Amino acid sequence: MAHLDIRGLVARYNNATVLDGIDLSIERGEIVSLIGPSGSGKSTLLRVISGLLPPRAGTVALAGETINYADRRSLRRSRDKLAIVFQQYNLFGNMNVLRNVMVAPVTIQKRDKKTVEAEACALLAKVGLADKLNAYPDELSGGQQQRVAIARALCLKPDILLLDEVTSALDPERVGEVLDTVKMLAADNMTLLIVSHEMGFVREVSHRVAFMADGKIQEMGPPAQIFGTPQQPRTQAFVSRILGH
Amino acid sequence: MLSFLIAEIPRLFTIYNVILLLKAALTTLSLSAVGCVVGLFCGFLLSLARLSQRPIFWPLKALALLYVEILRRVPFLITLMIFFFGAQVLGFNASALVIAFISTSVISTAFVAEIVRAGLRAVKPSQMEAAAVMNFSAWHTFWHVRLPQAWPLILPPVFSYFVLFIKDTALASQAGVLELTQAGKILNTKGFSASLVYATVLILYFIISYPLARFGSYLERRLGASRHSRPRRAV
Amino acid sequence: MHYVLHYGQIAPYLPYLMGGMAISLALSILSFIGGMVLGLFFAVIRNEGHPVAGRLVRIYVAFFTNTPQLVQIYVIYFGLPDFGILFSPFAAVLIGMTLNAAAYLTEILRAGLSTVHAQELDAAETLGMNRLQTLRHVTLPHLFKVAMPALTNQYILMTLGTSMAAIFGVEELTGRAFNINSTTFRSIEIFTTVAALYVVVTFIATILLALVGRWAFRARVPVL
Repeated sequence: MAHLDIRGLVARYNNATVLDGIDLSIERGEIVSLIGPSGSGKSTLLRVISGLLPPRAGTVALAGETINYADRRSLRRSRDKLAIVFQQYNLFGNMNVLRNVMVAPVTIQKRDKKTVEAEACALLAKVGLADKLNAYPDELSGGQQQRVAIARALCLKPDILLLDEVTSALDPERVGEVLDTVKMLAADNMTLLIVSHEMGFVREVSHRVAFMADGKIQEMGPPAQIFGTPQQPRTQAFVSRILGH
Repeated sequence: MLSFLIAEIPRLFTIYNVILLLKAALTTLSLSAVGCVVGLFCGFLLSLARLSQRPIFWPLKALALLYVEILRRVPFLITLMIFFFGAQVLGFNASALVIAFISTSVISTAFVAEIVRAGLRAVKPSQMEAAAVMNFSAWHTFWHVRLPQAWPLILPPVFSYFVLFIKDTALASQAGVLELTQAGKILNTKGFSASLVYATVLILYFIISYPLARFGSYLERRLGASRHSRPRRAV
Repeated sequence: MHYVLHYGQIAPYLPYLMGGMAISLALSILSFIGGMVLGLFFAVIRNEGHPVAGRLVRIYVAFFTNTPQLVQIYVIYFGLPDFGILFSPFAAVLIGMTLNAAAYLTEILRAGLSTVHAQELDAAETLGMNRLQTLRHVTLPHLFKVAMPALTNQYILMTLGTSMAAIFGVEELTGRAFNINSTTFRSIEIFTTVAALYVVVTFIATILLALVGRWAFRARVPVL
């Protein structure tokens, strides 16, 4: 059984069809990357999966259970299992780093505060921010904020993690530190769905790569295929343009 | 004329009259303060109704919109008269002071609601989205994320409004409330010169309002100007 | 306890109330214009940074914004006669409102002026504009564009403020409401009717000012 199973997913935004029939199946522990030109619907797909934009048609099933986005309980159950890291981090500005990471596990998941604190500190140490526990988001660099966001998502103990262009808001020098963090997750055998423009990173870390354009998955396959021998002309054009410089 | 007024000063500032003025000043201050505290509470409820997304709240939303848009366009004097005569007509035996408190609360609710709404709306939607995907309930999102970030944006203008409203409460004298302006009228009818009495009242208002206004702009610099929404640590 | 509302008894007085409304509007418009002239003058003085004149303007603004308009008019109407200066009720209210408005408008206009960028003024100078031309073509359009929402708000507050003229016996909208109340004793009906009239007239004013702002200064003024 696929861990995440998406069938015929359609989403509209301001009367424009942004997802036009997406079929995607991801196995447990698999890492799938979405690439494609901006506006192709990659980020929208993550927003629909996490319930921030209701789909118009199609289904999303998580660990065998189809998510009913109109039903709060069903949505809650699915959100218990997944976490998302946003492009713009979206750390809570009124909380310090440690509280950003701890707030949901403690107040929402009602887990033991002491245990959560130990886990949060361990996670923050893992992403190299052990000395920033009491800092506020606006005191951190973009790369540091993004790593806090990743730690915050991980502290929720998700089965599946969605990463939305986690490096696009960063200075080039900061990209490496975030990518290293993600590679660490990949080694932990977590299911990852990644939207990224970092082709080198995508190639290195993904099991499969999906090329999206016009709200559809145009081509999907192992990185060697997508980057080496793309079948579709559109994929070829995109890949050669991206890798060309 | 001026020497005549100066001669009047010692007669005006007897202990009795000074106590009258001080008590009246306290009433003036509390009229605005009570109005704003009640206004803050009710204003919060109103703006929550206006910001709610769910269809079942739409009637409430419409009512909140009407309340804010109408009450901000009625002169305080007229509101005061409606409550004043309304209480008489309904046989509601309330003192002028109680009626004035109700009027200030009703009016400031409308104004403060707008401030609260603007503050809550200034919190970026992405903050609420981040909370939503972590399964925060509406209440948890409001209490842990939205309110703490909106609060520094709400407090300074509400305080400014409170200072502004102190001067509007002068109109409560028309309902017979013994606040500063009414105290001036009483002293005037006791035979003190209008120029001396009302100049004194003006100065008393200034003594109350000016330091508060300065504190208000300090508050604005301290909280509003910083883009940080977090609690400031002592420097 | 059981009070029956009789709005029918108020109906014949509507033309009388509309006449009062005209006086209210005259008061608010005249004092707004007077306040704008004074306020603009004061704002320029404050912005130019004259050491003495600037300080005097600050004191003026601090005094008028920290005391009630009602008591200011009390001083003008009841206090100044002690010195042999007498005004009619209308004149006293108009003077008080104008002086009061000038203080608030000074603050609004000064804030607006401070947003006119030095670069724009430099650009005007390189185009060979003199001071008056710069004021006419660069500074004022920019000022009104940014200050329009605050000016609209101030005008609305002033329109509501005209109701205190009734206290001095001016027969504007509120004054006429008191007159009708003392003959019909239909207090609730008359004061709610007048409240509705204020709501309507300020709404119309908001919309008109938004349109003026958009046409003349391309300013965006939210109506609701």
